[in-house]
Amino acid sequence: MARAEGTAGVGQLRGARLWPGDLHDLGQTYGAAAALLLLILYNAVFTDRFLTTDSVYVNLTQVAPIVIVAMGMTLVIATGGIDLSVGSLMAIAGALAPLIFQQDLPFAVALAFVLPVLATGGFGLFNGVLVTRFGFQPIIATLVLFIAGRGIAQVVTNGELQPFRNPAFQYIGLGRVLGVPFQVLLMLAVFAVVAWAVRTTRFGRQVLAIGGNEAAARLAGVPVNRVKLAVYGISGLLAGIAGLIVIAINSSSDANQVGLNVELAAIAAVAVGGTPLTGGRATVVGTLIGALILQLLRFTLLSHGVPDAVALVVQAVIIVAAVFLQRQRQT
Amino acid sequence: MATAPAPARSPARARLASLLQGQGALVALALLVLFGALRYDNFLSAYNVTSFLANNAKFGLIALGMTFVIMTGGIDLSVGAVAALASVVAAMVSEAGLVAGIAVPVLVGVVIGLVNGVLVAWGRLQPFIVTLAMLLAARGLALTVAGNQSVAVDFESGFTALGTTTLLTLAAPIWIFAVAYLLGVLVLGRTPFSRHVLAIGDNEETARLMGLRVERVKLLVYALSGALAGMAGVLLAAQYGAGQPAEGVGWELTAIAAVVVGGTLLTGGLGSVAGTLWGVLLLGLIFNVLNFENGRGVISLSPYWQSIVLGAFLLVVVLLQNRLAARPT
Repeated sequence: MARAEGTAGVGQLRGARLWPGDLHDLGQTYGAAAALLLLILYNAVFTDRFLTTDSVYVNLTQVAPIVIVAMGMTLVIATGGIDLSVGSLMAIAGALAPLIFQQDLPFAVALAFVLPVLATGGFGLFNGVLVTRFGFQPIIATLVLFIAGRGIAQVVTNGELQPFRNPAFQYIGLGRVLGVPFQVLLMLAVFAVVAWAVRTTRFGRQVLAIGGNEAAARLAGVPVNRVKLAVYGISGLLAGIAGLIVIAINSSSDANQVGLNVELAAIAAVAVGGTPLTGGRATVVGTLIGALILQLLRFTLLSHGVPDAVALVVQAVIIVAAVFLQRQRQT
Repeated sequence: MATAPAPARSPARARLASLLQGQGALVALALLVLFGALRYDNFLSAYNVTSFLANNAKFGLIALGMTFVIMTGGIDLSVGAVAALASVVAAMVSEAGLVAGIAVPVLVGVVIGLVNGVLVAWGRLQPFIVTLAMLLAARGLALTVAGNQSVAVDFESGFTALGTTTLLTLAAPIWIFAVAYLLGVLVLGRTPFSRHVLAIGDNEETARLMGLRVERVKLLVYALSGALAGMAGVLLAAQYGAGQPAEGVGWELTAIAAVVVGGTLLTGGLGSVAGTLWGVLLLGLIFNVLNFENGRGVISLSPYWQSIVLGAFLLVVVLLQNRLAARPT
């Protein structure tokens, strides 16, 4: 064991910023928004049939599960944490739901919506307990379920693809309300609630206060552990909902595939949107825009014949560029 | 992350805590080896031991680089994708012989590590985001260069000797594994470089005020991590006989788990190379023991149980470390 000499225990203080929505945040949000606008304009001009409802809905339905997960991730990251387990939790919800609605139970479909989401919410609370009561670093606490969670989903389904056809259940992924895909409305509803919560509720201010300076927040009487528990629980719940959407779209559940790499996509959306990974600030609109930018970028590249593998490289460049432009507030 | 100050503890308990903190992974490893040796025939057979070590060499290399990065308070998520890219590059240059087959992919790893390092050190970007983006980029490059399929190595040029040559009955990957860790222990224990690494991880501002060249040290650790990931890719190509652009998914997280289990503090400033070695062997041995247990025929755990056991194990080890040492991990 080697230890650094002589400099133990002097923590670096981050500037506590308790109030969201100042000019700076707006500037950052508009930067991302301008990029999104440019992407849309480019496609409107150069991509055939881009401004059709079909093409708009294709993009929105593809991005919906990632946005829903990224909303929870924004809250977690705003407290200074991170949640690597969301993709595995999606797989768990996806594995459980078909087992439930294929039973001969009263309200089987309703239970298939509620129970898997409650289960993943419970796993989220488990993450939260590790972080709050046992002092795990968030990355390690959620690494446990990142590793074990997919294993749980695979064991439950024996690793086999579960095909199904159940119109009532699949409404969450295939249904339309007045022509609008249901999961797009669900995505907007989740976005609206989280944006409202961060902007105007005491809970939102507490989340940001914890991320800004946890010790100060504790001294100021913020129930730090309870708030952190809540954000990890919410992240778990939202991951469960996203898992249900994905299997409903696919008409099958594959524990090996559902939610794979979604944690990375969600974290990237949060970062591109302008929420710093150090916590204390959060822009929920930014996260939505960040997810849309990454989705539209991939769509643009693919629809112009660029291979998916090359699109990954471009995405990487965009992520770094976006974070670089928003970097000014760090050390 | 600030928490309440640790309560005063008795010297005996403090000593036990520091022993478990420092050597917990070694103790657990010894117990698991003992368990396996008593329970299974052939567990300690030359075949099982050497194939176990040869298979885990690439994970060991990656975790070694990760240890130094984490000691600076950083993280390198790109290593699995870099290993995949390096394995493809190794396969493509393998017809030029063993030296090129090693040097070129390692160089690719170094270049990627340097890019990570520049962005982290001079760009002042968070290591998590930089290396996450590099994970995507390296994966995309690997798939593009390989044309979305595995690339066969040249079997005539002598490159595959790396996977098959034995010296004193041990395969070449085991020697590389051993030498890398020997060097790692020496570097950590006896060089100013390691003190700089730890000082930066403990408190970057203080390190800067002490006159340490923070940027250069950071650049070096990411380059080292890239080089070792590149070497892991070389071993991957040599052992599988092909470059694997889709391999290495999640290796970075297993490496982080091994580093943490080995007692290196994720916040930086405290680390152990030997601990990482025990961590790597321990996590690998869990799979090995499960295979033997299945081989006895009494129980039949699907391979899917392995990740559950691994996750549970990580949980228990970190839990014990936290409880006994009463410090944030």
